[in-house]
Amino acid sequence: MLEIQNLHASVEGKEILKGINLHINPGEVHALMGPNGSGKSTLSNVLVGNPLYTVTQGTITFKGKDLLAMPAERRSHEGIFMSFQQPVEIPGVSMNSFLRAAVNAKRKYMGQPPISGAEFLKLIKEKRQLVGLDDSFTRRGVNEGFSGGERKRNEIFQMAVLEPVLTILDETDSGLDVDALRIVAEGFNKLRTPQSSAICITHYQRMLDYLRPDVVHVMLNGCIVKTGGPELANRIEEEGFDWLKNVEN
Amino acid sequence: MSSINQYIDLYLQHADLLNQGSHPLINAHRAAALSGLQTHGLPSRKDERYKYTDIDKALAPDYGLNLQRLSIPFSTRYQCRVPGMRSRLYHVVDDTLAGGDILDTPQIFVGPLTLFAERYPEKFKKYYDSESESGKSNALARLNTMLVQNGIVVFVAKGYKESDLLQFINLSAGGVPMLTNRRQLIILESGAEATILACNHSGSQIDHLTNEVVEVWQEEGSKLQYYTIDDTVASDSILNTTHIVQSAGSRLEYASITLSGGLARREVDIYLRGADASVQASGFVVGDGEQHVDNNLLVVHDAPACQSDVLYKYILDGQAVGAFAGKVYVSPGAEQTDSQETNANMCMSPEARMYTQPMLEIYADDVKCNHGSTVGQFNDNALFYMNQRGISPEDGRKLLQQAFAWDVIERIPLLPLRQRLMRMVESRFRLADSCNDCGICISKV
Ligand SMILES: Nc1ncnc2c1ncn2[C@@H]1O[C@H](COP(=O)(O)OP(=O)(O)OP(=O)(O)O)[C@@H](O)[C@H]1O
Ligand SMILES: [Mg+2]
Repeated sequence: MLEIQNLHASVEGKEILKGINLHINPGEVHALMGPNGSGKSTLSNVLVGNPLYTVTQGTITFKGKDLLAMPAERRSHEGIFMSFQQPVEIPGVSMNSFLRAAVNAKRKYMGQPPISGAEFLKLIKEKRQLVGLDDSFTRRGVNEGFSGGERKRNEIFQMAVLEPVLTILDETDSGLDVDALRIVAEGFNKLRTPQSSAICITHYQRMLDYLRPDVVHVMLNGCIVKTGGPELANRIEEEGFDWLKNVEN
Repeated sequence: MSSINQYIDLYLQHADLLNQGSHPLINAHRAAALSGLQTHGLPSRKDERYKYTDIDKALAPDYGLNLQRLSIPFSTRYQCRVPGMRSRLYHVVDDTLAGGDILDTPQIFVGPLTLFAERYPEKFKKYYDSESESGKSNALARLNTMLVQNGIVVFVAKGYKESDLLQFINLSAGGVPMLTNRRQLIILESGAEATILACNHSGSQIDHLTNEVVEVWQEEGSKLQYYTIDDTVASDSILNTTHIVQSAGSRLEYASITLSGGLARREVDIYLRGADASVQASGFVVGDGEQHVDNNLLVVHDAPACQSDVLYKYILDGQAVGAFAGKVYVSPGAEQTDSQETNANMCMSPEARMYTQPMLEIYADDVKCNHGSTVGQFNDNALFYMNQRGISPEDGRKLLQQAFAWDVIERIPLLPLRQRLMRMVESRFRLADSCNDCGICISKV
């Protein structure tokens, strides 16, 4: 489904990603770990086409298509969703009008007519319950005055509405209390299908206990330095990253 | 040579014709206006209030005037209804009431200026042009007084509350470039209430300048909601002078919304002359192409314990130029004044220009006054967030623009009107190249 080859990317003229290779099959969950500043969010942003980041070398194919040639909104229509590490506040744009615009943009891309008001309300209600957000949230501005945890729930709620095939969870677990983490992770698991994949960026084992990743990668200084099974995450939880730095040298 | 001379000459040559097409009580004011114009001429851009708009240039084209009162055909397809609201609809072509039922009862008069002068000469004399002698007249008001032939009067008698929306659809018409001098006289006696919506639309794509004077008299405890919307083609320009006097305990909600057009300049002076009078003045401007929108406000607190709350917002794209200058003047003795003034703006393109100048002059103690302005661009992070969810940059920008507009529109207390305005704003953003759903304009190219 996703094939990244020799990806180099920079931000503000500074090279951050230094040759990433990554292959994800349909249905797989990959965990991406690594110390602060190693480039995890940069990789996510490059995947979703954030214009702040410049790809200087390498290729990305998604479902056989050249991802780098697509503008960000097309990548979304094709089924890529990123749960932001820091979701922004958009005061004055209600969650409802925002989500409806998003749903209709995708429908238009798929050649479908816009969603009716009744259908939309039904969809919103159903998905809201999955992450335990009450209905006052959808009438507020996007993330406007939401607490850190509410913002993260809201990301998964949006994911539920848009039904992506590749989801990138960028530290969706941070800021969530223990119960919220369980609700969000279980909600995420319910949304999984045999065709949908995910990249889960996290610093903590707890999230991975729920998500049960197939593959774990460790990033250091813009490179993936180690790839393994779930046991790799356990070792990082116990020993940190220092032993990997030695591997690199 | 000043462009005012062509109008002075026109007046001197055709005063008889002008007078024949009007009313003696209106004609009686022309001479003083002429002499004021001859003495003071037009303001220049060196004059503080005219820094941002060149009046001389605006009046320079060789405009024709409809002195002979030829009736100009118009179409009533300009309905522009506000759904969910009982309203009385009036069509005004240039300065002439051309459609809608004249109201003439002891409680309320809605009709032509000339008819009001005929029916109620004492009232007319009391209010019409009554502050021009005290130096409160500007050159554009003088030009209007010298040349005006007709207009509209809304008079609401003591204690009468008009519940229907009074809606005026002002159409600029004519087959040649024209200057229209239109007058609106609005009088609310004590305790009276009214809601007025004046929509300016285009009846043609030929250059048209409207020089409009609006005089508003609000007596004790009266309540007025007055809204004006510009939704015209680029060949239509408007110069508006609004003079409002509020007595004790009166309430005014004023909003001017400019969605499209050419040059639009409004000079709005609000005098709070009685204790506990309050005004909420709002403005919303969407400008693109070569639009030039200048709102110049003066709020004078002449009495204690009055409130003024001013909020103007602009969204400018293309090469549009916006200007906002608002002065709140607190006279000696106007204690317990509560005044708030905000101007917030968004420039969407590098060529768009916004000039903003909120001012405060305070000569009284114990007052609460705030003022401020901002000019910004859209938050790129917010735009990208929407992009990631599949919303294109264009649609994302429109959503952000609507959000920016919302807190001005929200101030309009009448829900149906608020919804109508929001839809107009939404369709303004959605369709850059075709008319909005109420079918107002022939086309917007
Ligand atoms: N928009 C930006 N402008 C400037 N520098 C940036 C930007 N985005 C990322 N960087 C830099 O790139 C490097 C990698 O940052 P990135 O956010 O990808 O790290 P991360 O692995 O996600 O870290 P964390 O675990 O703290 O979230 C850092 O040095 C960061 O300062
Ligand atoms: Mg990060």
